[in-house]
Amino acid sequence: MERDLTSAEQNGPEKEGSALTTALDDYREVSPKGTVDFLYRLSDLVKGRSVVHVSAVRYGGGAAELLRRLVPMLTALGVEARWEVIAGTQEFFAVVKRLTDALQGRDEKITEDMYQTFREINERNAKALNLEADMVMIHDHQPAGMVEHRTSGAWLWRCHLDLSQPQRRAWTFLRRYALKYDAAIFSLSGFAQRLPIPKFLMYPSIDPLSPKNREMARSEINQIVDRLGIPRTKPMILQVAKFERFNDPLGAIHAYRIVKKHHDCRLVLAGSGVMHNPEGEAVLAESREAAGRDPDIHLVQLPPEADLEINALQRTATIVLQKSIKEGFGVTVSEAMWKGKPVVGGNAEGIAAQIIDEVTGYVVHSAEGAGFRLRHLLNNPGLITRMGAVGREHVRRNFLITRQLGDFLTLLKIMPLQ
Amino acid sequence: MTKQSGYTISDSTFTFIGCSEVQEILGQQVEDEKELAELVEEVPLDSIHFHTHSYFLRHRFIERAYPNDFAQWVVMQIGDRVLGERLAVVDPFDYPNLEDLREEIISIIDDHLSRMSTIPRVAFGEPFHFKRSRILEVPTGLEARSLAEFRQAVADVDVSAIYFHMFEAHFRLGREESDFSAWIRMGLGLHELADRIHSINPYLGSLERLRSGLITACDEFLTRA
Repeated sequence: MERDLTSAEQNGPEKEGSALTTALDDYREVSPKGTVDFLYRLSDLVKGRSVVHVSAVRYGGGAAELLRRLVPMLTALGVEARWEVIAGTQEFFAVVKRLTDALQGRDEKITEDMYQTFREINERNAKALNLEADMVMIHDHQPAGMVEHRTSGAWLWRCHLDLSQPQRRAWTFLRRYALKYDAAIFSLSGFAQRLPIPKFLMYPSIDPLSPKNREMARSEINQIVDRLGIPRTKPMILQVAKFERFNDPLGAIHAYRIVKKHHDCRLVLAGSGVMHNPEGEAVLAESREAAGRDPDIHLVQLPPEADLEINALQRTATIVLQKSIKEGFGVTVSEAMWKGKPVVGGNAEGIAAQIIDEVTGYVVHSAEGAGFRLRHLLNNPGLITRMGAVGREHVRRNFLITRQLGDFLTLLKIMPLQ
Repeated sequence: MTKQSGYTISDSTFTFIGCSEVQEILGQQVEDEKELAELVEEVPLDSIHFHTHSYFLRHRFIERAYPNDFAQWVVMQIGDRVLGERLAVVDPFDYPNLEDLREEIISIIDDHLSRMSTIPRVAFGEPFHFKRSRILEVPTGLEARSLAEFRQAVADVDVSAIYFHMFEAHFRLGREESDFSAWIRMGLGLHELADRIHSINPYLGSLERLRSGLITACDEFLTRA
């Protein structure tokens, strides 16, 4: 899929000085026919309405990555969109980190004092921030307690976490706040908990013009991959994922060894999550041990937001593997398909929601299944090309930010004004 | 004269309306076929519509192996190909309303279960989550006053307009035929082409394939004319 860039493609919205209205028009090149005009028409229905997004951080994480692009787009379409970020103490962020883990099912002890810290910081932010708007969208649990102090507008809770198996006490605490919203939004049906308010489904998306997904010249790709120390001499199987047990790097290595008996290929496991993270360090050490002295297994530690490196690796890969056994949504699958790569993915709900089995890749249930499918693909280069091409079109229609922009505009229209 | 969604069928101008969908999770899920039949009976009709008709709005480009969510789930997650095949051939356009369609689906599942000694459950797959959608009509700004303009607009318009005029108008809005064939018949007086477009079964392919079929029908007619 790599090719030389045209000047039009190089002038993406990341370029300095481009007017915001031009930014949406840049998506005409990459989105399905009629989409951008449709978004302009859809925005006519909500012109002048106001929306404020509230999140815990300005940088890092899926919510921040999305809001950085989405808020200017909404503004350009005539919506009065703002993005507020809460202020908190070190203690508060330690508490919400524990709460994150507990809500995702880990065994965390959260004391009453910690919950009190959560309440106080939320109250302080609710008083300090301007939350007057037709729609207030609170992202994730950190600012969720501000709903206690709501004054006007429809309040929506956008939960990016997987709440399928939360620790009971943590969820009981958060649920009291969730009930006070007008609606909640989840990334997958299976991530939602029972709540007596409307629950909407909104798949995450990728920005095709961001550094992580924009087109790259072959020379730029090669330069980055060379810098990472990965030779480009053999077919590459790539997994981009944090070094965590849920992402099953050992399963990926096992699958690679099944393939390696018949194909001289290379496995690259690239991810972050090691620094200041005991689990990450342990998983990386286990992966090193499993890799042994095999020179064709590369463990690449990436810093957070290593967007160009991930882009270059995905474009260099022959096949992308996402051998996770539990996953958030896992937009790396869409990122890979956007680059024309077939994806072999574990049967975690987010991954299976993106791959069309046997059409854009394969959904597998074991390391052996992954090995079998990888081997099958390497035996059929034509299939790699065909699946990759279909995968790109699948992403174009379902997982680009233009679709998510449409989702937001529609929600803004259908939520009753308070 | 039928007036619906901002345009009148006998008008000389066809106004293209697109639509945007927000999916709503109902919070009801099943893990086997018996539970599926039970909940198909209970859920709002909007949910039956979601998992059969508006299925196409979410699969605009790539045709799935099975043309509705129920068939897709029993095959892909439970592995029951027989029931999947039986549900796959249910054509929603054969039923005058969603209640009748619901009864047919329940009847097929019940009949299938009565022939089985054990009921398959999700073992390694995912449960079935019932959903419904809220669909917002969006004027696209495209209009046609002649067949040539109509053909061009069909080629350019957001594909949700194809869904809206072929699926929504026909079924949810209680139309006997799609907006397209109705306008070509009454607005342009082209009965032969209207019959041809009316005969296209929108349930047998993706929206993009439907768009191609419409363009081909118009092109053939324009060439002959």
